[in-house]
Amino acid sequence: MASYKLSINGTIQAVEADPKMPLLWLLRDLLNMTGTKYGCGMSQCGACTVHLNGNAIRSCSMPVSAIGNQKITTIEGISSDNMHAVQQAWIAEQVPQCGYCQSGQIMSAVSLLKRNPNPTDHDIDLAMQGNICRCGTYPRIRKAIHKAAAMMKQPAKSF
Amino acid sequence: MQPKHSIDRRAFLKLSTFTSAALTIGFYFPALAEESTIITAETADNLGIVLNAFISIDKTGKVSIINHRAEMGQGSFQAVPQMIAEELEVSLDQVSIAFGPGHQTKYGGSQITGGSSTVRGAYKHLLRTGATAREMLIDAAAKKWSVPRETCYALNGEVIHRPTNKKLGYGELVEEAAKGTPPKQVALKERKNYTVIGKPLPRQDTPAKVNGKAEFGLDKKLPGMLYSVVERCPYFLGKVKSYDDSAVTTMPGVKHVFKVQMPVFDSLREGVAIVADNTWAAMQARKVLKVEWDATGFEHLDTATLYNRMKADLQKPGLSQRTGGNFDATYAKAASKLEAVYETPYEAHACMEPLNCVADVKGDIITVWGPIQGPDWIQRDLAERLKIPMENITVNMTFLGGGFGRKAFTDYTTEAVLISKEIKAPVQVVWTREDDMTQGPFRPGAVYECKAGLNDKGRITAFQAKMAAQNMDHQWPHADKSNFNGSTTEGLPEVFINGLEHYSFSDVPTESPIPVMWWRSVYSSTNGFAYESFMDELAYAANTDPLDYRRQHLRDERAEALIQMLEEKTGWRTREKNSGWGIAITECFKSMVGEAVKVSKQADGKLKIDRIIAVMDCGWYVNPDIIKQQVEGSIVMALGAATTHETHFTDGKSVETNFHQYLMPRMPDVPDIEVYIMENEEKPGGVGEPGLPPFAPALCNAIFDLTGKRIRKLPFNMNSI
Ligand code: FES
Ligand code: FES
Repeated sequence: MASYKLSINGTIQAVEADPKMPLLWLLRDLLNMTGTKYGCGMSQCGACTVHLNGNAIRSCSMPVSAIGNQKITTIEGISSDNMHAVQQAWIAEQVPQCGYCQSGQIMSAVSLLKRNPNPTDHDIDLAMQGNICRCGTYPRIRKAIHKAAAMMKQPAKSF
Repeated sequence: MQPKHSIDRRAFLKLSTFTSAALTIGFYFPALAEESTIITAETADNLGIVLNAFISIDKTGKVSIINHRAEMGQGSFQAVPQMIAEELEVSLDQVSIAFGPGHQTKYGGSQITGGSSTVRGAYKHLLRTGATAREMLIDAAAKKWSVPRETCYALNGEVIHRPTNKKLGYGELVEEAAKGTPPKQVALKERKNYTVIGKPLPRQDTPAKVNGKAEFGLDKKLPGMLYSVVERCPYFLGKVKSYDDSAVTTMPGVKHVFKVQMPVFDSLREGVAIVADNTWAAMQARKVLKVEWDATGFEHLDTATLYNRMKADLQKPGLSQRTGGNFDATYAKAASKLEAVYETPYEAHACMEPLNCVADVKGDIITVWGPIQGPDWIQRDLAERLKIPMENITVNMTFLGGGFGRKAFTDYTTEAVLISKEIKAPVQVVWTREDDMTQGPFRPGAVYECKAGLNDKGRITAFQAKMAAQNMDHQWPHADKSNFNGSTTEGLPEVFINGLEHYSFSDVPTESPIPVMWWRSVYSSTNGFAYESFMDELAYAANTDPLDYRRQHLRDERAEALIQMLEEKTGWRTREKNSGWGIAITECFKSMVGEAVKVSKQADGKLKIDRIIAVMDCGWYVNPDIIKQQVEGSIVMALGAATTHETHFTDGKSVETNFHQYLMPRMPDVPDIEVYIMENEEKPGGVGEPGLPPFAPALCNAIFDLTGKRIRKLPFNMNSI
């Protein structure tokens, strides 16, 4: 066991954990932050996607000891009142079915749009192919990302 | 959205009904009656009738609904409130919904969310319940105002007196209304006057599903809850001979290690449970646990042996499900004959949320939470197994991260209850992806032999289909294995079978120790591929356009309208011949779906799906956007089972353990999907599953159209055609 001070969604959280414990389980079981999901545990499905310094990573394969003072953002930190453009677009396109994969999908999409504010279909396909959706929401995700990209360009709103 | 899910039925009744500040009505089924009776909660209580508190309107005018079905993505959380809101004359935002825990009688039949049955099974009762409450509120207002009730009407959560335009909100009327008696007969609204039903209103569960707040089974936490993973026998039958936990018990966080059983149909599968203070600690400890298994009597089957057995079974006489005329004689003298054999694979359900269950056993009081499709079955099963009165057992549904049939079973919940019982603490049992993918039950693979005789015009005069596959019903203790599989005709449009004069449908139940069960659209998911591929082969043999061929053999107005729509939306008549278009039409759970696929060859020689078009005829419907979602999802799931994944077996164990081997369709594999819905006055059919069966045959028929290569075995690799 070791003590860590982690920066999660802008606040510093102190936790005691096994250094090898993946961030996923630390978030879920030690901090009760259950928005980040377990799907495969081996970087295959993207359900556990969070941001580390703004970049999408698979939290199931990231031991807590490797995090240091990098900033963690989870789905709970995107916007709890659904005001982020990506969330708005997800609602507008009615993307979720069961919803289980969607935290991960949204985290990947937010990171994509940060890197590339004007993604083509091809860019989206490449950036999102690490996220599995068993309910088959892919076509709607594609539309929602285009919509979010357009929304983020409107000068009046800042996301 | 969290607090609503954990609401207990009794607490709900107390909260809403017995404060007498609410109008609570619901329906029940009197003994032997087919029609439901609607009564108030108070009457039910006085009569000792267990009533489902279907809807309750409180003093603020807020409407609460207890949903008797699971929400696993298919949209029952939206469809049920839309039906109530329509007849009750309230807007959707006045309605909230909670899950109903498992109950044996009050929902009038099985609560299992399967067979795409939530809307088609309960719509009449739900509409009548909403309308009854509306009428009682109108009565109450007329009484308060001392005016004739015909001069009053309900709109948008208020009762209005037409001559004076006086208004009273529902909240102000509930007390008076609760004293009334529900009218025996109520008039339901005409469809043309609908303002809520039939509209693509955004799902109320969406907001909680885009910010991480929706509570799935895996997210359920209880104070003092421990976490468990179980090393289960890798064979589908087997016992723990011995285990060595010496390295386990000293690991950080580990609390208990013990043997546990899980019922799977007629057998008990054993495993060793590890309980720890977090999931990961339990998973780590499991890695150093050593178990020796006793799999005596278990057949170490592999996929090749299993399929050879099914093919050999096809040579045996089948158990007849349905016959008419004289197939053999007509076939013998047909102008031309065709026969073909089709193979479909075993599949895992692979819900994105792996199986899990929270159980809390306190003495003989059991409470369960989880992603559960069949709470009433679980309640009954636990009561019988543990000899505990039914009323001591509460089975709560959370949101399900996918279900597809797998979460309608009782194995994982029983196991969790046994673990909690052993450790005398609340526990969450987590199945790893590997557990979820390798332990089954699986969709049964099937092999089909289809034969047809054609007359000189190419029309079908004799049709025979024989299936060799495991029969799901034969797995239960004391099952009568001489029973035919009642599902060999599933997937075929009823109108097609009705048009046949000489036909036979039969099956040979293949013996195998692999546990199998429902998988989205059940036998239609495999039948559809065989039958609609065969139809395409027949059309080709008859030198007839595949769409016209369907038209010749699906002879009623409803089917004709669907074919017409498919023809228009695809631009069928103006398409270039042999350019990669395929169609298929199947029927499943009373809905008919036609799908068309367009494929092309890329510069690198690989196949690409350019377009997918689906036409759904599910009769009367509630929310067109949810129907589109469900058809899109069904198609993607069908694409996976047709082209990317399959469960293999070797040495009696399943081979694929995780998504690196069980490959799922991903974003680049799925083009836009166009979905059209037929408008008609027919009864509601299923929505969650019927979109799946026609996709694989439509795709394969398209590939034949482009390449001349006929695919008779799934899955196949799109990159090596
Ligand atoms: S759980 Fe991390 S990628 Fe699947
Ligand atoms: S919405 Fe169910 S897995 Fe994606």
